[in-house]
Amino acid sequence: MDDFKPQIVAFCCSNCASSAAKVSHGMKKALPDNIKLIQVPCTGRIETLHLLKPFEEGADGVYVAGCQEDSCQYISGITKAAKRVKQVKDILEGLGIEPERIDVFQMSAGKGQEFVEVANRMVDTVKGLGPVPTA
Amino acid sequence: MSELKAGSNLEKVLRAGHFAFTGECGPPQGANVEHLIEKGNHLKGVVDAVNVTDNQTAVVRMSSWAASLILLEHGIEPNFQMVCRDRNRLAIQSDILGAYSMGLRNMLCLSGDHQSFGNHPESKNVYDIDSMQLIHTVKTMRDEGKFLNGSDVDVAPKFFIGAASNPFAEPFDFRVYRLAKKIDAGADFVQTQCIYNMDKFREFMKRAVDMGLHEKCYILAGVTPMKSVGMALYMSKQVPGMDVPESLIKRLRGAGKGKVAEEGIKFALEQIEEFKEMEGVAGVHLMAIEWEHKVPEIAERAGVLPRPVV
Amino acid sequence: MIVAESKPIKELLEMVKDFKKILVVGCKGCVTVCNVGGAKEVGILASSLRIHGRKEGRDVVVGEHTLERQCDPEYIDELEEIVGDYDAVISIACGVGPQFLSERYPEKKVFPGVNTKFMGGAVEHGVWAERCAGCGTCAIHLFGGLCPIARCSKSLLNGPCGGSSHGKCEISKDVDCIWDMIVNKMTEQGRLSELLEFRPPKSWTTARDGGPRKMIREELVK
Repeated sequence: MDDFKPQIVAFCCSNCASSAAKVSHGMKKALPDNIKLIQVPCTGRIETLHLLKPFEEGADGVYVAGCQEDSCQYISGITKAAKRVKQVKDILEGLGIEPERIDVFQMSAGKGQEFVEVANRMVDTVKGLGPVPTA
Repeated sequence: MSELKAGSNLEKVLRAGHFAFTGECGPPQGANVEHLIEKGNHLKGVVDAVNVTDNQTAVVRMSSWAASLILLEHGIEPNFQMVCRDRNRLAIQSDILGAYSMGLRNMLCLSGDHQSFGNHPESKNVYDIDSMQLIHTVKTMRDEGKFLNGSDVDVAPKFFIGAASNPFAEPFDFRVYRLAKKIDAGADFVQTQCIYNMDKFREFMKRAVDMGLHEKCYILAGVTPMKSVGMALYMSKQVPGMDVPESLIKRLRGAGKGKVAEEGIKFALEQIEEFKEMEGVAGVHLMAIEWEHKVPEIAERAGVLPRPVV
Repeated sequence: MIVAESKPIKELLEMVKDFKKILVVGCKGCVTVCNVGGAKEVGILASSLRIHGRKEGRDVVVGEHTLERQCDPEYIDELEEIVGDYDAVISIACGVGPQFLSERYPEKKVFPGVNTKFMGGAVEHGVWAERCAGCGTCAIHLFGGLCPIARCSKSLLNGPCGGSSHGKCEISKDVDCIWDMIVNKMTEQGRLSELLEFRPPKSWTTARDGGPRKMIREELVK
């Protein structure tokens, strides 16, 4: 399973996580190339279906990277996102798929290092789980 | 012979292979114990057990377990009826325990007529469980010593379990399957709805026998003698699930003034004669509604006396 | 509105495990308002079924359609062109929906995707509570505009039972004692004496107890 390269979709808040991404880029910290970044104005607008669709298309993992709870410009964006991630975790569990394949991370705008760490952690987690079985 | 399930007189009679003969007695609409005893005494020694109805047609009467006990005290074996309309599963189970503790041994499990037919149509109905589930509840309490919730019963009530079957309700094709389901649920004996359409009943019994139901359960054919043309018309038009053929109404009409009741009894006697010979029929359940005093005469003429002592 | 909740996905998977062409049908009525059976939820359920099909290596085709209402035959006709392509239909409307679909398309196997709970309203975002038991003879004016039939655990009509404590019902601290609220409200309105009147047994003939109900409005019948 060593050659397994998980396909991961990351939904990133354009205010915090994406700036962190920029910082990380400046720091020449490489993001794993198997992560597809989707920038959103606020994680609070990510619908449950958005989080499910990647799995339908063959993704092995999905995560949301958003603000710290006290720094969301739209007050409760990340809180809402976290609840939807929880909902999708429950759905995945019901479908017999490991709920760890989806997660939510909170970070501040300047933390480039953290952004890369989170990405690597998610890759490791999903690698550990292996691909979503397709019978 | 395997052990008796409850040891009631009715069970013993049926087990010994006798053609059973049961009667019916509606409790009074009040506390008129004397009248109840009087009605019961007409049946004493004439039938193997007396069904004691439970708020029949949804009309309030003395509780069936209390009336059953009064009859029992007077040497008449009751067949305690219970309907699902008036009790939830707690009351049902506690009444089962109470009735057994006081010496009742036969129990007939019914859904019960809807309250809209009775004298308290405004009432709520319960139907927490249905008759099928009630049969299964009594069986589970008896054979496994468990309540509906799975907890243990401290001394299991041992009832000879009865059920009703209406071969004339619709859809006709499903009726025999429903009977089979009741037997699977735990019915030891079955009493049918009043039979008037003999052709249909023959067909029903043929199907029951083909399925081997008569070997798993005692089937008693329901007979109610017609007292008048008015009663026949009422039965045919007003009572749900009753099938009174036009030919019978014609026959009663043809009997002439003052002779209709006798003609009704004659028809009932002809039925009983046929049931004695009919494959799968283990006895007759005679529901002589408010005509209990006629039962000895009918029994005599039907040749079912004396009743076996087992 | 009629309030429902989604059935567990496991239960639904078990229901439709033998089918490969499944149509998920939503309703834009009450179940959209209570976020359980509208177009959004149709999408989520359909996606979940596809993910599961993929995981199981089964070639499952899942269609999505949301009707204006499932409780009106004229809207259900809309499925006529579509339904033929599917073996199974999951309705995520209230219990009325799957039955109307079953009646209209008798050859289709129809499955309920939600559990229908009660008639009620949103008391806060994401929280719904029961308000009406549909008894057929409304009397809330006698009780300060609050219904003891739907909201008292015992449907008592003559005041709170002995289990009322600190405004809560004896069955759970999460359940308000409606009689506590009725008494307070009637007291505030200076109408306490009305509560002292004996309320006789109610007629349940107009409720479900009287048998399945039907309403006919002659002036509307064609």
